[in-house]
Amino acid sequence: MDFYVLGQQLVNGLVLGATYGLVAVGYTMVYGIIGMINFAHGEIYMLSAYLTAIGVSVLSYWGFGSPWALIALTLLFAMAITSLYGVVIERLAYRPLRGSNRLAPLISAIGVSLILQNYVQLSQGARNQGVPTLIDGALRFGDQEHFFQITYMQVVIIVVAFISMLGLNLIVRYTTLGRACRAVQQDREMAQILGIHADRIIAAVFAMGAAMAAVAGVLITLNYGSFDFFVGFITGIKAFTAAVLGGIGSLPGAMLGGVLLGLAESLFSGFVNSDYKDVFAFGLLVAILIFRPSGLLGKPIVEKV
Amino acid sequence: MAKTRLIQRILAALGAGIIAFILVGPIMGLKIEGYDFVANWTSPLTLAAFVCIARLVLGYVPLDRIRHSHSDTAPRQTKRSPVQVAALGVLLVVLAASLPFFASKYWISVSIIALIYVLLGLGLNIVVGLAGLLDLGFVGFYAVGAYGYALGFKYFGLGFWGALPTGALMAGLFGAILGFPVLRMHGDYLAIVTLGFGEIIRLILNNWLDVTGGPNGLDAPPPTFFGWEFKRAATQGGVPFHEVFNLDYSPQVLDSFVYLVLLAAVVITIYAVMRLRRMPVGRAWEALREDEIACRSLGLNHVTIKLSAFMMGASIGGVAGVFFAAYQGFVSPVSFSFFESALVLAIVVLGGMGSLTGVVLSALFLTMMPEFLREFADYRILVFGFAMVLIMLWKPRGLVQMRRPYFGLRGN
Repeated sequence: MDFYVLGQQLVNGLVLGATYGLVAVGYTMVYGIIGMINFAHGEIYMLSAYLTAIGVSVLSYWGFGSPWALIALTLLFAMAITSLYGVVIERLAYRPLRGSNRLAPLISAIGVSLILQNYVQLSQGARNQGVPTLIDGALRFGDQEHFFQITYMQVVIIVVAFISMLGLNLIVRYTTLGRACRAVQQDREMAQILGIHADRIIAAVFAMGAAMAAVAGVLITLNYGSFDFFVGFITGIKAFTAAVLGGIGSLPGAMLGGVLLGLAESLFSGFVNSDYKDVFAFGLLVAILIFRPSGLLGKPIVEKV
Repeated sequence: MAKTRLIQRILAALGAGIIAFILVGPIMGLKIEGYDFVANWTSPLTLAAFVCIARLVLGYVPLDRIRHSHSDTAPRQTKRSPVQVAALGVLLVVLAASLPFFASKYWISVSIIALIYVLLGLGLNIVVGLAGLLDLGFVGFYAVGAYGYALGFKYFGLGFWGALPTGALMAGLFGAILGFPVLRMHGDYLAIVTLGFGEIIRLILNNWLDVTGGPNGLDAPPPTFFGWEFKRAATQGGVPFHEVFNLDYSPQVLDSFVYLVLLAAVVITIYAVMRLRRMPVGRAWEALREDEIACRSLGLNHVTIKLSAFMMGASIGGVAGVFFAAYQGFVSPVSFSFFESALVLAIVVLGGMGSLTGVVLSALFLTMMPEFLREFADYRILVFGFAMVLIMLWKPRGLVQMRRPYFGLRGN
């Protein structure tokens, strides 16, 4: 096994995994609080890819030259718009179905996902789109012929992803909003009796999840430079796999699951076969659900009557 | 009072319009052109204005009352005698069977596709509608059937008539392999696992170049009638169908034949499902859907019951796949994308999740509709999406109310 190839795949896997973790957070938080798989979450990621390209080109047009300002403002722009999408989708397509039969919100979510894909395709065209490279250069390890590298953009991804996850964890742990979220997650009725506005908290959870997916979408789009209206589907399933791997409902689990899935996928495509890396990720999902459905850090589901 | 309420409504409408504009503004208004953009604010502004007006109008419609007046009322128990039902059924089948004798080739092919979706809808209806298991990878079983035929022909010389039972068996086996470990778990997980399974099948078909031909696909032979081919001149010294029966050669005969066999398959499936629903296993499916815990506490083995539904649905999907391959004469992974699964799910949902009449009607509607609305073809998926969401909001149990097999005391 080539040490440098291994190093390169580990770096790539870590970067990929950090972004899977960011998207997985949205699945796990929503599942934790209303027990539903938000099938349209992957499309939020896809929207943020388009918002990145739009943000970067509009900001450059307005004369922002510094790549750092561009990245920061695009991040804020994409996070703001996508969290509004998250809230509106929840309000219109999911909230009226709360307390209905179990399949209804899931089917509604699939409908939302089809709508978003087609709406973006109709307004932006079906072609592959791209963004310019903002940050060049890389840190190299090794000699001239054998080396592995971390590009500066990858460093930015890992740092931003780490900060966002830390920030989210602090919010959930220490703020009033976070405490209210945990209360609603544990027992919605009791929380309402104690004066917590559950609907608002659920909306806030959708907003936070969408904002995290937007962070991932912006970073990955800036890194790879190319995207189309279909990227949300595959990323969505993989992020869901990450959430299940870590234990759905558990915030640290989603992050851990994301990183592990990213590493596993990257090593698989580096050393086994890159054509089948998606098959590997799906196979892993099936295997986890069979052998350890509660995930690595999740609590086993107890059915209440 | 009335005045302040009006002002409130106008403010709410304006708010909705502004939110709509913020949402769609960047995506619809700023079109990406390379690394540049072109601004065009007419379509987002129109949409925002539309949302604004719609919000104002909807404020005067008692939405809650509409929703609740329909959703949870008990289904009507109109009584029709079995003779009437049978007569109606026979009439419809005869009408449908006479179609190839007067319709054009174009309409026959449209009807074949529509009937394939009816079959798919009937299969998924068992899984989603009757047993209440959300299967998002149904297209995987469809692909197993279609590729089973194409591969079976390529490597073992399997014919159409042999492929029908083999395809059903293989798809059912795949259903069992997938379902057995997964069905023990919580329902939502099943949705994602089946989705992953459908994608795995497609990716393997796409990447395993040596066997499946990858994106180039495989040929599938057209069906034969007791060994007589529907060609102008038969291969290898056989006799073509039209010479046996002293007919003039017409390429339409093959399509008509596929149509009639397919129609027979649909009728048999409908009859089988109607009978199954009255049998203990069918009742167990519906009981499990309504309350799993109660069923388990009454001693039903939920895994085998769910598995039977899953396999039954998968086999029907496999048969539909064989028909698809035989009709197209060609299979490729493009035909088995997630969108197909979503379309079949839309058929079942629109049809009322469990109602046979509903599934047949909605399959015909959803596949025929795009033929009439050619100029709106781009908006097809958008319309499907909205239909799924709106129907869930309006009637979470689907458009056609399902009638349960009903046994009551006489005279009540």
